[in-house]
Amino acid sequence: MAAADVNRAVEAVWRIESARLIAGLARTVRDVGLAEDLAQEALVAALEQWPESGVPDNPGAWLMATAKRRGIDRLRRDRIAARKSEELGRELEVRGEAVERDLAAAIDDPFDDDLLRLIFTTCHPLLSTEARVALTLRLLGGLTTPEIARAYLISESTVAQRIVRAKRTLAAARVPIEVPVRDQLPERLAAVLEVVYLIFNEGYSPSSGDAVVRIELLEEAMRLGRILAELLPTEPEVHGLVALIELQASRTRARVDPAGEPVPLLEQDRARWDWMLIGRGQRALERAYATGGSFGPYALQAAIAACHSRARDAADTDWVRIAALYDGLAQVSPSPVVGLNRAVAVGMAFGPGAALELLGDEEMGAALAGYPLLPAARGEMLERLGRDAEARTQFERAAELTANERQARFLRRRAATR
Amino acid sequence: MRVMVMVKANEASEAGQMPSEQELAAMGAFNEELVKAGVMLDGDGLHPSREGYRVTISPGTEPSVTDGPFAETKELIAGYWIWQVKDMDEALAWAKRIPALGPDTTPGTVELRPLFEADDFGEEFTPELQAQEERLRKQIAGS
Repeated sequence: MAAADVNRAVEAVWRIESARLIAGLARTVRDVGLAEDLAQEALVAALEQWPESGVPDNPGAWLMATAKRRGIDRLRRDRIAARKSEELGRELEVRGEAVERDLAAAIDDPFDDDLLRLIFTTCHPLLSTEARVALTLRLLGGLTTPEIARAYLISESTVAQRIVRAKRTLAAARVPIEVPVRDQLPERLAAVLEVVYLIFNEGYSPSSGDAVVRIELLEEAMRLGRILAELLPTEPEVHGLVALIELQASRTRARVDPAGEPVPLLEQDRARWDWMLIGRGQRALERAYATGGSFGPYALQAAIAACHSRARDAADTDWVRIAALYDGLAQVSPSPVVGLNRAVAVGMAFGPGAALELLGDEEMGAALAGYPLLPAARGEMLERLGRDAEARTQFERAAELTANERQARFLRRRAATR
Repeated sequence: MRVMVMVKANEASEAGQMPSEQELAAMGAFNEELVKAGVMLDGDGLHPSREGYRVTISPGTEPSVTDGPFAETKELIAGYWIWQVKDMDEALAWAKRIPALGPDTTPGTVELRPLFEADDFGEEFTPELQAQEERLRKQIAGS
Protein backbone atom coordinates (compact mmCIF):
# COMPACT_ATOMS: atom_id res chain seq x y z
CA MET A 1 0.00 0.00 0.00
CA ALA A 2 1.29 3.46 -0.86
CA ALA A 3 2.14 5.75 2.07
CA ALA A 4 -0.71 8.13 1.21
CA ASP A 5 -3.19 5.24 1.29
CA VAL A 6 -1.90 4.12 4.68
CA ASN A 7 -2.23 7.65 6.01
CA ARG A 8 -5.83 7.75 4.86
CA ALA A 9 -6.46 4.34 6.41
CA VAL A 10 -4.93 5.54 9.71
CA GLU A 11 -7.08 8.66 9.64
CA ALA A 12 -10.17 6.55 9.04
CA VAL A 13 -9.28 4.37 12.03
CA TRP A 14 -8.78 7.56 14.02
CA ARG A 15 -12.24 8.73 13.04
CA ILE A 16 -13.69 5.49 14.40
CA GLU A 17 -11.56 5.17 17.52
CA SER A 18 -10.65 8.67 18.70
CA ALA A 19 -13.71 9.45 20.83
CA ARG A 20 -13.53 6.19 22.76
CA LEU A 21 -9.78 6.48 23.07
CA ILE A 22 -9.88 10.02 24.46
CA ALA A 23 -12.81 9.07 26.71
CA GLY A 24 -10.95 6.08 28.17
CA LEU A 25 -7.82 8.14 28.73
CA ALA A 26 -9.73 11.08 30.23
CA ARG A 27 -11.16 8.80 32.92
CA THR A 28 -7.72 7.63 34.02
CA VAL A 29 -5.68 10.84 33.67
CA ARG A 30 -8.61 12.99 34.86
CA ASP A 31 -7.93 15.72 32.31
CA VAL A 32 -9.41 16.03 28.83
CA GLY A 33 -6.52 18.14 27.55
CA LEU A 34 -3.89 15.59 28.59
CA ALA A 35 -6.10 12.76 27.33
CA GLU A 36 -6.29 14.38 23.91
CA ASP A 37 -2.53 15.01 23.84
CA LEU A 38 -1.82 11.36 24.61
CA ALA A 39 -4.32 10.18 22.02
CA GLN A 40 -2.67 12.48 19.46
CA GLU A 41 0.73 11.05 20.33
CA ALA A 42 -0.65 7.57 19.73
CA LEU A 43 -1.99 8.76 16.36
CA VAL A 44 1.43 10.12 15.41
CA ALA A 45 2.99 6.78 16.42
CA ALA A 46 0.46 4.96 14.26
CA LEU A 47 1.23 7.20 11.29
CA GLU A 48 4.92 6.36 11.76
CA GLN A 49 4.63 2.64 12.38
CA TRP A 50 1.63 1.34 10.48
CA PRO A 51 3.01 2.01 7.01
CA GLU A 52 5.77 -0.49 7.96
CA SER A 53 3.85 -2.94 10.14
CA GLY A 54 0.41 -2.69 8.55
CA VAL A 55 -2.79 -1.77 10.43
CA PRO A 56 -2.99 -4.01 13.54
CA ASP A 57 -5.88 -6.44 14.02
CA ASN A 58 -7.33 -4.42 16.86
CA PRO A 59 -6.31 -0.85 16.07
CA GLY A 60 -8.28 0.61 18.96
CA ALA A 61 -6.43 -1.49 21.54
CA TRP A 62 -3.10 -0.68 19.87
CA LEU A 63 -3.77 3.07 20.09
CA MET A 64 -4.88 2.76 23.72
CA ALA A 65 -1.84 0.74 24.74
CA THR A 66 0.48 3.22 23.00
CA ALA A 67 -1.24 6.24 24.57
CA LYS A 68 -1.02 4.58 28.00
CA ARG A 69 2.71 3.98 27.65
CA ARG A 70 3.24 7.60 26.63
CA GLY A 71 1.13 8.72 29.57
CA ILE A 72 3.12 6.70 32.09
CA ASP A 73 6.40 8.01 30.67
CA ARG A 74 5.19 11.55 30.88
CA LEU A 75 3.89 11.22 34.44
CA ARG A 76 7.22 9.73 35.56
CA ARG A 77 9.09 12.62 33.99
CA ASP A 78 6.78 15.12 35.67
CA ARG A 79 7.27 13.40 39.04
CA ILE A 80 11.03 13.48 38.79
CA ALA A 81 10.86 17.15 37.94
CA ALA A 82 8.44 17.76 40.80
CA ARG A 83 10.68 15.99 43.32
CA LYS A 84 13.36 18.57 42.65
CA SER A 85 11.11 21.37 43.82
CA GLU A 86 10.41 19.64 47.17
CA GLU A 87 7.20 20.60 48.98
CA LEU A 88 5.66 22.28 46.00
CA GLY A 89 5.76 19.01 44.19
CA ARG A 90 4.34 16.87 46.99
CA GLU A 91 0.70 17.13 45.95
CA LEU A 92 1.53 16.66 42.31
CA GLU A 93 3.56 13.61 43.20
CA VAL A 94 0.81 11.95 45.24
CA ARG A 95 -1.73 12.66 42.55
CA GLY A 96 0.63 11.56 39.83
CA GLU A 97 1.23 8.21 41.50
CA ALA A 98 -2.48 7.52 41.73
CA VAL A 99 -3.01 8.49 38.11
CA GLU A 100 -0.09 6.34 37.01
CA ARG A 101 -1.50 3.34 38.90
CA ASP A 102 -4.91 3.83 37.30
CA LEU A 103 -3.40 4.28 33.89
CA ALA A 104 -1.33 1.11 34.18
CA ALA A 105 -4.37 -0.85 35.37
CA ALA A 106 -6.75 0.55 32.75
CA ILE A 107 -7.91 -2.08 30.36
CA ASP A 108 -7.25 -1.44 26.70
CA ASP A 109 -10.91 -1.44 25.79
CA PRO A 110 -12.68 1.68 27.05
CA PHE A 111 -16.21 1.45 28.47
CA ASP A 112 -19.30 3.05 27.00
CA ASP A 113 -19.59 4.97 30.25
CA ASP A 114 -16.34 6.73 29.44
CA LEU A 115 -17.92 8.22 26.35
CA LEU A 116 -20.89 9.42 28.36
CA ARG A 117 -18.61 11.01 30.95
CA LEU A 118 -16.70 12.75 28.18
CA ILE A 119 -19.87 14.12 26.55
CA PHE A 120 -21.05 15.59 29.84
CA THR A 121 -17.61 17.17 30.29
CA THR A 122 -17.30 18.72 26.84
CA CYS A 123 -20.85 20.09 27.23
CA HIS A 124 -20.22 21.39 30.74
CA PRO A 125 -22.27 24.52 31.62
CA LEU A 126 -19.08 26.20 32.81
CA LEU A 127 -18.08 26.56 29.16
CA SER A 128 -19.55 29.03 26.69
CA THR A 129 -21.86 27.57 24.05
CA GLU A 130 -19.27 28.08 21.30
CA ALA A 131 -16.60 26.38 23.37
CA ARG A 132 -18.90 23.44 24.07
CA VAL A 133 -19.70 23.04 20.39
CA ALA A 134 -16.04 23.20 19.32
CA LEU A 135 -14.80 20.86 22.03
CA THR A 136 -17.58 18.34 21.37
CA LEU A 137 -16.94 18.31 17.62
CA ARG A 138 -13.23 17.91 18.22
CA LEU A 139 -13.20 15.28 20.98
CA LEU A 140 -16.38 13.32 20.19
CA GLY A 141 -16.82 13.95 16.50
CA GLY A 142 -13.14 13.46 15.78
CA LEU A 143 -13.20 16.58 13.59
CA THR A 144 -9.94 18.43 13.12
CA THR A 145 -9.59 22.12 13.91
CA PRO A 146 -9.49 23.05 10.17
CA GLU A 147 -12.64 20.99 9.57
CA ILE A 148 -14.50 22.79 12.37
CA ALA A 149 -13.25 26.15 11.08
CA ARG A 150 -14.46 25.36 7.56
CA ALA A 151 -17.86 24.22 8.77
CA TYR A 152 -18.41 27.40 10.79
CA LEU A 153 -16.64 29.77 8.35
CA ILE A 154 -14.35 31.05 11.07
CA SER A 155 -10.58 31.06 11.23
CA GLU A 156 -8.62 28.06 12.41
CA SER A 157 -6.93 30.13 15.08
CA THR A 158 -10.33 31.11 16.51
CA VAL A 159 -11.32 27.45 16.77
CA ALA A 160 -7.95 26.44 18.20
CA GLN A 161 -8.19 29.21 20.77
CA ARG A 162 -11.71 28.20 21.80
CA ILE A 163 -10.60 24.62 22.32
CA VAL A 164 -7.44 25.51 24.25
CA ARG A 165 -9.36 27.91 26.47
CA ALA A 166 -12.13 25.36 27.06
CA LYS A 167 -9.64 22.71 28.13
CA ARG A 168 -7.89 25.21 30.39
CA THR A 169 -11.20 26.23 31.98
CA LEU A 170 -12.11 22.62 32.71
CA ALA A 171 -8.68 21.91 34.19
CA ALA A 172 -8.57 25.09 36.27
CA ALA A 173 -11.99 24.40 37.77
CA ARG A 174 -11.01 20.76 38.30
CA VAL A 175 -14.24 19.69 36.69
CA PRO A 176 -14.62 15.99 37.45
CA ILE A 177 -15.05 13.84 34.36
CA GLU A 178 -18.23 12.10 35.38
CA VAL A 179 -21.89 11.50 34.65
CA PRO A 180 -23.85 13.98 36.79
CA VAL A 181 -25.77 12.73 39.78
CA ARG A 182 -29.47 12.12 39.39
CA ASP A 183 -30.78 15.48 40.59
CA GLN A 184 -28.45 17.38 38.27
CA LEU A 185 -29.04 15.10 35.32
CA PRO A 186 -32.01 16.88 33.68
CA GLU A 187 -30.21 20.23 33.59
CA ARG A 188 -26.88 18.79 32.44
CA LEU A 189 -28.57 16.61 29.85
CA ALA A 190 -30.38 19.67 28.50
CA ALA A 191 -26.96 21.30 27.99
CA VAL A 192 -25.73 18.24 26.05
CA LEU A 193 -28.84 18.07 23.87
CA GLU A 194 -28.59 21.79 23.18
CA VAL A 195 -25.06 21.35 21.81
CA VAL A 196 -26.19 18.56 19.47
CA TYR A 197 -29.19 20.60 18.31
CA LEU A 198 -27.06 23.70 17.75
CA ILE A 199 -24.69 21.70 15.56
CA PHE A 200 -27.67 20.34 13.66
CA ASN A 201 -29.21 23.77 13.15
CA GLU A 202 -25.97 25.28 11.91
CA GLY A 203 -25.96 22.46 9.36
CA TYR A 204 -29.65 22.75 8.49
CA SER A 205 -29.84 26.56 8.29
CA PRO A 206 -26.29 27.93 8.21
CA SER A 207 -26.10 31.32 9.93
CA SER A 208 -23.39 32.52 7.55
CA GLY A 209 -22.24 31.97 4.00
CA ASP A 210 -24.57 31.14 1.13
CA ALA A 211 -24.77 27.37 1.42
CA VAL A 212 -28.36 26.20 1.88
CA VAL A 213 -27.16 23.35 4.05
CA ARG A 214 -23.89 22.12 5.56
CA ILE A 215 -24.15 18.38 5.21
CA GLU A 216 -21.09 17.63 7.34
CA LEU A 217 -22.57 19.34 10.40
CA LEU A 218 -26.01 17.87 9.76
CA GLU A 219 -24.55 14.37 9.62
CA GLU A 220 -22.28 14.95 12.59
CA ALA A 221 -25.22 16.04 14.73
CA MET A 222 -27.27 13.02 13.67
CA ARG A 223 -24.36 10.77 14.52
CA LEU A 224 -23.80 12.37 17.94
CA GLY A 225 -27.51 12.09 18.66
CA ARG A 226 -27.59 8.42 17.75
CA ILE A 227 -24.53 7.71 19.91
CA LEU A 228 -26.22 9.49 22.80
CA ALA A 229 -29.42 7.49 22.29
CA GLU A 230 -27.48 4.24 22.80
CA LEU A 231 -25.72 5.62 25.89
CA LEU A 232 -28.88 6.98 27.56
CA PRO A 233 -31.66 4.73 26.24
CA THR A 234 -34.07 5.53 29.08
CA GLU A 235 -34.20 9.30 28.48
CA PRO A 236 -37.21 10.28 26.34
CA GLU A 237 -35.70 13.63 25.35
CA VAL A 238 -32.60 11.98 23.87
CA HIS A 239 -34.76 9.87 21.54
CA GLY A 240 -36.94 12.94 21.01
CA LEU A 241 -33.96 14.95 19.81
CA VAL A 242 -32.82 12.13 17.51
CA ALA A 243 -36.34 11.84 16.11
CA LEU A 244 -36.60 15.60 15.62
CA ILE A 245 -33.32 15.96 13.74
CA GLU A 246 -33.85 12.87 11.58
CA LEU A 247 -37.34 14.08 10.64
CA GLN A 248 -36.15 17.61 9.92
CA ALA A 249 -33.20 16.33 7.91
CA SER A 250 -35.59 14.17 5.87
CA ARG A 251 -36.89 17.36 4.24
CA THR A 252 -33.53 18.77 3.21
CA ARG A 253 -34.05 18.07 -0.48
CA ALA A 254 -37.65 19.28 -0.63
CA ARG A 255 -37.49 22.52 1.31
CA VAL A 256 -35.70 24.56 -1.36
CA ASP A 257 -37.03 25.03 -4.88
CA PRO A 258 -34.87 24.97 -8.03
CA ALA A 259 -34.38 28.74 -7.75
CA GLY A 260 -33.00 28.29 -4.24
CA GLU A 261 -36.09 29.75 -2.56
CA PRO A 262 -37.53 28.11 0.53
CA VAL A 263 -40.61 25.94 0.02
CA PRO A 264 -43.10 25.93 2.94
CA LEU A 265 -43.69 22.54 4.55
CA LEU A 266 -47.24 22.12 3.28
CA GLU A 267 -46.21 22.86 -0.31
CA GLN A 268 -43.24 20.49 -0.39
CA ASP A 269 -43.12 17.59 -2.82
CA ARG A 270 -43.33 14.68 -0.42
CA ALA A 271 -41.77 12.31 -2.93
CA ARG A 272 -38.55 14.25 -2.40
CA TRP A 273 -38.54 13.67 1.35
CA ASP A 274 -35.97 11.17 2.54
CA TRP A 275 -38.10 8.22 3.54
CA MET A 276 -35.26 6.32 5.18
CA LEU A 277 -34.70 9.21 7.59
CA ILE A 278 -38.45 9.49 8.17
CA GLY A 279 -38.55 5.80 9.11
CA ARG A 280 -35.62 6.29 11.46
CA GLY A 281 -37.18 9.40 12.98
CA GLN A 282 -40.46 7.62 13.59
CA ARG A 283 -38.69 4.68 15.22
CA ALA A 284 -36.74 7.07 17.45
CA LEU A 285 -40.04 8.68 18.46
CA GLU A 286 -41.48 5.26 19.27
CA ARG A 287 -38.46 4.65 21.51
CA ALA A 288 -39.18 7.97 23.24
CA TYR A 289 -42.77 6.84 23.90
CA ALA A 290 -41.54 3.40 25.05
CA THR A 291 -39.45 4.96 27.83
CA GLY A 292 -42.74 5.91 29.48
CA GLY A 293 -41.15 9.20 30.57
CA SER A 294 -42.70 12.61 30.08
CA PHE A 295 -41.96 14.49 26.89
CA GLY A 296 -39.94 17.69 26.85
CA PRO A 297 -39.56 20.20 24.03
CA TYR A 298 -37.56 17.93 21.71
CA ALA A 299 -39.86 14.92 21.88
CA LEU A 300 -42.94 17.15 21.49
CA GLN A 301 -41.50 18.91 18.45
CA ALA A 302 -40.56 15.52 17.05
CA ALA A 303 -44.11 14.29 17.59
CA ILE A 304 -45.39 17.33 15.67
CA ALA A 305 -42.88 16.73 12.86
CA ALA A 306 -43.96 13.07 12.75
CA CYS A 307 -47.61 14.11 12.20
CA HIS A 308 -46.50 15.89 9.02
CA SER A 309 -44.35 12.94 7.96
CA ARG A 310 -47.25 10.54 8.40
CA ALA A 311 -49.63 12.59 6.26
CA ARG A 312 -49.67 11.39 2.67
CA ASP A 313 -50.45 14.88 1.47
CA ALA A 314 -50.96 18.25 3.12
CA ALA A 315 -54.75 17.78 3.28
CA ASP A 316 -54.25 14.50 5.15
CA THR A 317 -52.51 16.24 8.09
CA ASP A 318 -53.86 15.42 11.56
CA TRP A 319 -54.22 19.02 12.75
CA VAL A 320 -56.22 18.10 15.84
CA ARG A 321 -53.30 16.06 17.10
CA ILE A 322 -50.81 18.76 16.12
CA ALA A 323 -52.83 21.38 18.00
CA ALA A 324 -52.87 19.14 21.09
CA LEU A 325 -49.10 18.63 20.85
CA TYR A 326 -48.60 22.40 20.57
CA ASP A 327 -50.66 22.78 23.74
CA GLY A 328 -48.13 20.50 25.43
CA LEU A 329 -45.20 22.36 23.91
CA ALA A 330 -46.62 25.71 25.02
CA GLN A 331 -46.67 24.32 28.55
CA VAL A 332 -43.13 22.89 28.72
CA SER A 333 -41.41 25.64 26.75
CA PRO A 334 -43.70 28.62 26.24
CA SER A 335 -42.59 31.21 23.69
CA PRO A 336 -44.37 33.66 21.39
CA VAL A 337 -43.35 31.65 18.32
CA VAL A 338 -44.73 28.44 19.82
CA GLY A 339 -47.91 30.40 20.59
CA LEU A 340 -48.17 31.54 16.98
CA ASN A 341 -47.64 28.04 15.62
CA ARG A 342 -50.16 26.70 18.06
CA ALA A 343 -52.72 29.25 16.90
CA VAL A 344 -52.18 28.28 13.26
CA ALA A 345 -52.60 24.58 14.16
CA VAL A 346 -55.79 25.42 16.07
CA GLY A 347 -57.01 27.30 12.99
CA MET A 348 -56.36 24.30 10.79
CA ALA A 349 -58.00 21.94 13.29
CA PHE A 350 -60.96 23.91 14.59
CA GLY A 351 -61.50 26.82 12.24
CA PRO A 352 -60.29 30.38 11.82
CA GLY A 353 -62.42 31.89 14.59
CA ALA A 354 -60.65 30.00 17.37
CA ALA A 355 -57.26 30.80 15.85
CA LEU A 356 -58.01 34.50 15.50
CA GLU A 357 -58.82 34.69 19.18
CA LEU A 358 -55.40 33.19 20.04
CA LEU A 359 -53.65 35.45 17.52
CA GLY A 360 -55.20 38.49 19.18
CA ASP A 361 -53.25 37.78 22.38
CA GLU A 362 -51.65 41.07 23.41
CA GLU A 363 -48.51 39.58 24.88
CA MET A 364 -47.87 37.67 21.67
CA GLY A 365 -48.55 40.78 19.63
CA ALA A 366 -46.02 42.78 21.64
CA ALA A 367 -43.35 40.07 21.53
CA LEU A 368 -43.76 39.47 17.80
CA ALA A 369 -44.24 43.11 16.79
CA GLY A 370 -41.77 42.95 13.88
CA TYR A 371 -42.50 39.37 12.89
CA PRO A 372 -44.22 39.14 9.47
CA LEU A 373 -45.71 35.70 10.11
CA LEU A 374 -48.04 37.07 12.79
CA PRO A 375 -50.00 39.46 10.50
CA ALA A 376 -49.73 36.86 7.71
CA ALA A 377 -51.44 34.28 9.94
CA ARG A 378 -54.05 36.84 11.01
CA GLY A 379 -54.69 37.72 7.37
CA GLU A 380 -55.11 34.07 6.52
CA MET A 381 -57.72 33.51 9.24
CA LEU A 382 -59.58 36.74 8.42
CA GLU A 383 -59.67 35.73 4.78
CA ARG A 384 -61.16 32.39 5.67
CA LEU A 385 -63.80 34.19 7.71
CA GLY A 386 -64.66 36.35 4.68
CA ARG A 387 -63.46 39.54 6.40
CA ASP A 388 -61.64 40.66 3.25
CA ALA A 389 -60.90 44.29 4.08
CA GLU A 390 -59.27 43.35 7.39
CA ALA A 391 -57.39 40.50 5.72
CA ARG A 392 -55.97 42.93 3.14
CA THR A 393 -54.64 45.23 5.87
CA GLN A 394 -52.91 42.31 7.57
CA PHE A 395 -51.32 41.00 4.36
CA GLU A 396 -50.04 44.48 3.53
CA ARG A 397 -48.55 44.76 7.01
CA ALA A 398 -46.87 41.41 6.67
CA ALA A 399 -45.45 42.42 3.28
CA GLU A 400 -43.94 45.56 4.85
CA LEU A 401 -42.30 43.55 7.61
CA THR A 402 -40.73 40.76 5.60
CA ALA A 403 -37.16 41.05 4.37
CA ASN A 404 -37.70 38.29 1.84
CA GLU A 405 -38.61 39.88 -1.51
CA ARG A 406 -40.33 36.79 -2.85
CA GLN A 407 -42.46 36.46 0.25
CA ALA A 408 -43.32 40.18 0.10
CA ARG A 409 -44.50 39.84 -3.52
CA PHE A 410 -46.62 36.86 -2.57
CA LEU A 411 -48.21 38.73 0.31
CA ARG A 412 -48.89 41.86 -1.76
CA ARG A 413 -50.54 39.71 -4.39
CA ARG A 414 -52.76 38.19 -1.73
CA ALA A 415 -53.61 41.62 -0.40
CA ALA A 416 -54.47 42.86 -3.89
CA THR A 417 -56.86 40.02 -4.63
CA ARG A 418 -58.93 40.68 -1.52
CA MET B 1 -22.33 10.59 3.25
CA ARG B 2 -24.25 7.38 2.98
CA VAL B 3 -22.85 4.15 1.68
CA MET B 4 -24.61 0.97 0.67
CA VAL B 5 -22.64 -2.08 1.64
CA MET B 6 -23.76 -5.10 -0.37
CA VAL B 7 -22.88 -8.53 0.95
CA LYS B 8 -22.31 -10.85 -1.99
CA ALA B 9 -23.95 -14.26 -2.00
CA ASN B 10 -22.11 -17.58 -1.82
CA GLU B 11 -23.15 -21.24 -2.18
CA ALA B 12 -24.21 -21.45 1.46
CA SER B 13 -26.35 -18.32 1.39
CA GLU B 14 -27.91 -19.38 -1.93
CA ALA B 15 -28.65 -22.81 -0.44
CA GLY B 16 -30.55 -21.04 2.31
CA GLN B 17 -28.20 -22.19 5.05
CA MET B 18 -28.54 -20.07 8.16
CA PRO B 19 -25.34 -18.78 9.75
CA SER B 20 -24.09 -20.70 12.80
CA GLU B 21 -24.79 -19.45 16.28
CA GLN B 22 -21.18 -18.30 16.51
CA GLU B 23 -21.40 -16.39 13.25
CA LEU B 24 -24.64 -14.78 14.31
CA ALA B 25 -23.10 -13.71 17.61
CA ALA B 26 -20.10 -12.18 15.82
CA MET B 27 -22.36 -10.35 13.39
CA GLY B 28 -24.58 -9.18 16.23
CA ALA B 29 -21.58 -7.73 18.07
CA PHE B 30 -20.40 -5.97 14.91
CA ASN B 31 -23.84 -4.51 14.28
CA GLU B 32 -23.93 -3.29 17.86
CA GLU B 33 -20.64 -1.49 17.29
CA LEU B 34 -22.11 0.18 14.21
CA VAL B 35 -25.20 1.28 16.10
CA LYS B 36 -23.20 2.62 19.04
CA ALA B 37 -21.01 4.61 16.68
CA GLY B 38 -24.08 6.16 15.03
CA VAL B 39 -23.00 4.65 11.70
CA MET B 40 -25.75 2.09 11.09
CA LEU B 41 -28.82 3.43 9.33
CA ASP B 42 -30.29 0.22 8.05
CA GLY B 43 -29.40 -3.31 7.18
CA ASP B 44 -30.80 -6.77 6.64
CA GLY B 45 -30.21 -10.19 5.18
CA LEU B 46 -31.98 -11.42 2.05
CA HIS B 47 -33.55 -14.78 1.33
CA PRO B 48 -31.81 -16.84 -1.38
CA SER B 49 -32.49 -15.87 -4.99
CA ARG B 50 -34.84 -18.82 -5.48
CA GLU B 51 -37.39 -16.77 -3.56
CA GLY B 52 -36.84 -13.75 -5.76
CA TYR B 53 -38.01 -12.49 -9.14
CA ARG B 54 -36.66 -10.33 -11.90
CA VAL B 55 -38.89 -7.97 -13.78
CA THR B 56 -37.60 -6.70 -17.12
CA ILE B 57 -39.08 -3.47 -18.33
CA SER B 58 -38.60 -2.40 -21.90
CA PRO B 59 -40.41 0.30 -23.83
CA GLY B 60 -43.33 -0.81 -25.98
CA THR B 61 -43.65 -4.31 -24.55
CA GLU B 62 -45.27 -5.84 -21.51
CA PRO B 63 -42.89 -6.21 -18.55
CA SER B 64 -41.60 -9.78 -18.34
CA VAL B 65 -41.11 -11.67 -15.09
CA THR B 66 -38.39 -14.29 -14.49
CA ASP B 67 -38.48 -16.53 -11.40
CA GLY B 68 -35.39 -17.17 -9.25
CA PRO B 69 -33.02 -18.81 -8.57
CA PHE B 70 -30.46 -16.95 -10.62
CA ALA B 71 -27.23 -18.50 -11.80
CA GLU B 72 -24.37 -16.07 -11.25
CA THR B 73 -24.07 -16.67 -7.46
CA LYS B 74 -21.10 -14.36 -6.93
CA GLU B 75 -22.97 -11.42 -8.45
CA LEU B 76 -26.02 -11.90 -6.27
CA ILE B 77 -26.63 -10.07 -3.04
CA ALA B 78 -27.25 -11.86 0.27
CA GLY B 79 -27.63 -8.83 2.48
CA TYR B 80 -26.95 -5.13 2.78
CA TRP B 81 -26.23 -2.27 5.13
CA ILE B 82 -26.70 1.45 4.77
CA TRP B 83 -24.04 3.32 6.73
CA GLN B 84 -23.54 6.98 7.39
CA VAL B 85 -19.84 7.78 7.38
CA LYS B 86 -17.57 10.76 6.90
CA ASP B 87 -15.96 9.46 3.74
CA MET B 88 -15.24 6.25 1.80
CA ASP B 89 -12.06 5.72 3.82
CA GLU B 90 -14.11 5.44 6.98
CA ALA B 91 -16.50 3.05 5.24
CA LEU B 92 -13.54 0.91 4.19
CA ALA B 93 -12.16 0.91 7.74
CA TRP B 94 -15.51 -0.37 9.01
CA ALA B 95 -15.83 -2.89 6.18
CA LYS B 96 -12.49 -4.45 7.15
CA ARG B 97 -14.01 -5.22 10.54
CA ILE B 98 -16.94 -7.22 9.19
CA PRO B 99 -16.75 -10.70 10.72
CA ALA B 100 -16.18 -13.55 8.27
CA LEU B 101 -19.34 -15.38 7.25
CA GLY B 102 -20.01 -18.50 5.23
CA PRO B 103 -17.81 -21.50 4.52
CA ASP B 104 -14.10 -21.18 5.32
CA THR B 105 -13.19 -22.16 1.79
CA THR B 106 -14.84 -19.20 0.09
CA PRO B 107 -13.76 -15.68 0.94
CA GLY B 108 -16.67 -13.33 1.57
CA THR B 109 -17.03 -10.19 -0.51
CA VAL B 110 -18.77 -6.94 0.20
CA GLU B 111 -19.21 -4.14 -2.31
CA LEU B 112 -19.35 -0.54 -1.13
CA ARG B 113 -21.16 2.10 -3.16
CA PRO B 114 -21.86 5.70 -2.14
CA LEU B 115 -25.47 6.87 -2.36
CA PHE B 116 -26.29 10.03 -4.30
CA GLU B 117 -26.80 12.97 -1.99
CA ALA B 118 -28.47 16.28 -2.78
CA ASP B 119 -25.19 18.17 -2.80
CA ASP B 120 -23.37 15.64 -5.00
CA PHE B 121 -24.35 17.66 -8.02
CA GLY B 122 -22.62 20.70 -6.61
CA GLU B 123 -22.44 23.94 -8.50
CA GLU B 124 -22.65 22.32 -11.89
CA PHE B 125 -26.19 21.34 -11.04
CA THR B 126 -27.59 24.81 -11.65
CA PRO B 127 -31.15 25.79 -10.80
CA GLU B 128 -31.99 25.59 -14.53
CA LEU B 129 -30.69 22.05 -14.76
CA GLN B 130 -32.51 21.14 -11.57
CA ALA B 131 -35.73 22.52 -13.00
CA GLN B 132 -35.13 20.56 -16.18
CA GLU B 133 -34.60 17.40 -14.19
CA GLU B 134 -37.79 18.10 -12.25
CA ARG B 135 -39.69 18.44 -15.53
CA LEU B 136 -38.13 15.26 -16.88
CA ARG B 137 -38.99 13.42 -13.73
CA LYS B 138 -42.58 14.53 -14.01
CA GLN B 139 -42.69 13.52 -17.66
CA ILE B 140 -41.26 10.13 -16.83
CA ALA B 141 -43.81 9.77 -14.07
CA GLY B 142 -46.43 10.58 -16.70
CA SER B 143 -47.90 13.55 -14.92
